Amino acid sequence: MTERAPSPLLLIHPSRGLIDEKFSVIVQHLPPFIEITLHALIHSDDGDLWEAFGHYVSDATGLVNVDSNASLGGTYDGLEPMGLLWSMRPVPGSRLGLRLRKKEVNTPVVVTISVYRGHMGQGFNEQTALASVVAERWYMAPGVRRLDITEAGVTGTLFLPSGPGPFPALLDLWGGGGGLVEYRSALLASHGFASLALEYMTPRTSGDSTSHVGNEYFEAAFTLLKQHPQVCGDRIAIVGLSFGASVALGMAVYSTVIQPRCLVCVSCSHVQPVKGSLSDVFADISKNAQNTRYDEENRVIWRDLLLPIPTDPTKKVDMGKLPCPVLLIVGEDDQNWPATESAEDMKQMMEKAGNSHLLTTLSYPGTGHLIEPPYSPHVRVSNFMMTQTRQKILVLWGGDTAPHSHAQEDSWKKTITFLEEHLYRTTSVTSQSQL
Amino acid sequence: MSTTVHMLWGVKDIRVLNSSSTLSSTMATISPLLSVKPTRGLVDEKIQIIVRNVPPRFPVTLHSLFHSEDKDYWEAFGHYTSDNRGTVTGTAHASVGGTYEGTEPMGLLWSMHPAPGSRTGLRLRKMNVLTPMVVHISVYSGHVTEGFSKQSPLATVDIERWYLAPGVRRIDIRDEEVKGTLFIPPGPGPFPGVLDLWGGGGGLVEYRSALLASHGFVSMALEYISTEKNRASNLHIKYFEKAFRIVQEHPLVMKDSVALFGLSLGTSITLHMAAYSKAVSPRCCVCVSGSHVQPINSPFKDVSEKFQENRHKIRFDEEGGVIWKDIMLPIPTDPGLKVDMGRIKCPVILIVGEDDQNLAAVESAEDLTQMMRAAGNEHLLTTFRYPGAGHLIEPPYTPHVRASKFMVHQTGEKVTMLWGGYPKPHASAQEDSWEKILRFLQQHLYPSQDSVPKAKL
Repeated sequence: MTERAPSPLLLIHPSRGLIDEKFSVIVQHLPPFIEITLHALIHSDDGDLWEAFGHYVSDATGLVNVDSNASLGGTYDGLEPMGLLWSMRPVPGSRLGLRLRKKEVNTPVVVTISVYRGHMGQGFNEQTALASVVAERWYMAPGVRRLDITEAGVTGTLFLPSGPGPFPALLDLWGGGGGLVEYRSALLASHGFASLALEYMTPRTSGDSTSHVGNEYFEAAFTLLKQHPQVCGDRIAIVGLSFGASVALGMAVYSTVIQPRCLVCVSCSHVQPVKGSLSDVFADISKNAQNTRYDEENRVIWRDLLLPIPTDPTKKVDMGKLPCPVLLIVGEDDQNWPATESAEDMKQMMEKAGNSHLLTTLSYPGTGHLIEPPYSPHVRVSNFMMTQTRQKILVLWGGDTAPHSHAQEDSWKKTITFLEEHLYRTTSVTSQSQL
Repeated sequence: MSTTVHMLWGVKDIRVLNSSSTLSSTMATISPLLSVKPTRGLVDEKIQIIVRNVPPRFPVTLHSLFHSEDKDYWEAFGHYTSDNRGTVTGTAHASVGGTYEGTEPMGLLWSMHPAPGSRTGLRLRKMNVLTPMVVHISVYSGHVTEGFSKQSPLATVDIERWYLAPGVRRIDIRDEEVKGTLFIPPGPGPFPGVLDLWGGGGGLVEYRSALLASHGFVSMALEYISTEKNRASNLHIKYFEKAFRIVQEHPLVMKDSVALFGLSLGTSITLHMAAYSKAVSPRCCVCVSGSHVQPINSPFKDVSEKFQENRHKIRFDEEGGVIWKDIMLPIPTDPGLKVDMGRIKCPVILIVGEDDQNLAAVESAEDLTQMMRAAGNEHLLTTFRYPGAGHLIEPPYTPHVRASKFMVHQTGEKVTMLWGGYPKPHASAQEDSWEKILRFLQQHLYPSQDSVPKAKL
């Protein structure tokens, strides 16, 4: 009787890593020069299955190493050591418009990595893999503490790095999708920043009326951070994406309470009624609702709602008055906000006012709106719930998977460096970052 | 949702004030940036420690702290001076003092010792492999040598050290005859197998098997000397053959690819089985800190009688630690008193600590090599000898102990056993031997491509 051939040895290193850490995937003891498929599978918190795969050929010693071998096809190709993670997409037959977001940050994302015989493109669940291992990807490093915040009328989650501190802090603002999104803050705390993920989109009910939070809400959140015993009160920054970035710009320029040391603004625009509240901003945007466009598959393109960039100074943040360094991260294929046009206009305003040395812009071709921490899947489109009407639509965010994923990797690294430079240095830095 | 509060060494109130009393007013009050990677690693993985943002040319102490399952505190520390950019890098900078010196990136782990005031005779062993060891790595201002619990560090990170990779399964083996724990790697298999035998200390020690499974081997940790009152020890060869069969016959194991892995008494059993068993044949053997010297025609239980006869050879060191190495010296010439090494048909890797005080490992190695040379099977033997290493050569980066409390099962006595070895050479031996052992197992347990022409994937 023929002895079953041994399972090839598949090793992932590290087997337990942070979400933004690279890993190595090495397969050994394969026959030489055979075709194999490396496959990654995630079972999301929402119960959906996401997968990615790459086609490889073993070398003369029966080895495949993603760090040195190129993928010949699959959901990614070329020399892409992290392709198995960033090129993931929902398995065939999944619900439409999914987006992979980890809600529960105390547990890891569990990825099953397998080796299959031959170059396969589908039917992975019907075949037995040659080998299969499990890798954990964490948003939270050991020792990072998670605290629910409900004081001073503020709703959010504070993540504190391990150790006595004091630490610089971040106010972490997501976009119009709303809710309390924790994973970026958990990861930032794992890099040494006290980070407050703030919930601000949900309309608050007071008596009979329901309205959006006012500017005092953000000021209260900033003050809360400033007064925290483990936070260095004069080293607080704001990290904002989309709507959150607009809030950050508005507050940094007009609020007397919010004085950030620096800002990170991802996929943003400075177009908003000057000194307006959140409600004012929404109102202004809805005035342009007729500018909504649709792509060939009827997905919503919102970038024109803020175009053309107004010349009227009351309709955009006065960037000439921005007192602190700002890192702007722009996706050139952003279909949701006019990030490129806004960035160009912001630059012009700052050059004219003489404070453009505070501006650093990272602009990425082929990159969409949702520029997030690296190695999680890019989606060009996803479901979006309109806060007011509770209507579910499919929104076009933009970006092509490979360039978008590279942009996430590069911009995240530069974001961390920028934050360390401005928040951890012992002397204050006011010049343009050396990124 | 829960709030997890970090408790550092009994200092319950973690809301430490902004300025540390150990820093002068000219120093920054912001926490330095301390990064340790990987944050969650396997026990045999290296760590990279980088401290940034301390003042330039500033003295700091890197400190590690571990609270063991037995509730003891273990710690290590190294003294550094930051460079001109205010950085300390574990892989590039040298410790100038502490529990380790020189450029030793792993020194904070392998040089750990019980904190001052601890009980004596401790040994650090993780018995529950389902949870990690959590080590607190800190940076202190200045060159501190004691009183770490009384000062606030500048920064602390926690790291996890695991014996078990994600996806590895742990299965209790508890039939009427065999008691052990089986560890199975994730995936469809089939895998090579290992029967994992510890020494005379007895009990069921799982961590090495857990780590082997994390490297792709099905591994069974076997208990054969019981520490429980109502379970007898079993040193009969049939017991080990049965245990070997359990591994070999497991549906996920390749029948012809099962190894024996022994340390100390486990090595004696390994060599005996490899030479004399008619029921099982290991594909290869790993023999750590062991000997071929044993009474051949009587079962292992007679080892204890032999032991009693030779009690007068037991020596003591200046601290009362018991030295057993002379018990089997001189190496007997009588063939009835040692394994006939000429009968061994499989590759053997022999790991020897030259400062082994528990067993005459060096003399045994020399004698068994000569026997194999005379018999013509020396090509099967690969020996690695490590100067300054003691008896307990284990997976790397866990602390070395030169002596520890030991229960002699034969007599019920509790002694302090001298194992030998010195921290740095012993740590190097553990690191090097583990790598060589894994490579040896890979080489011999995975059939080479030309030897399996008919196998279908």
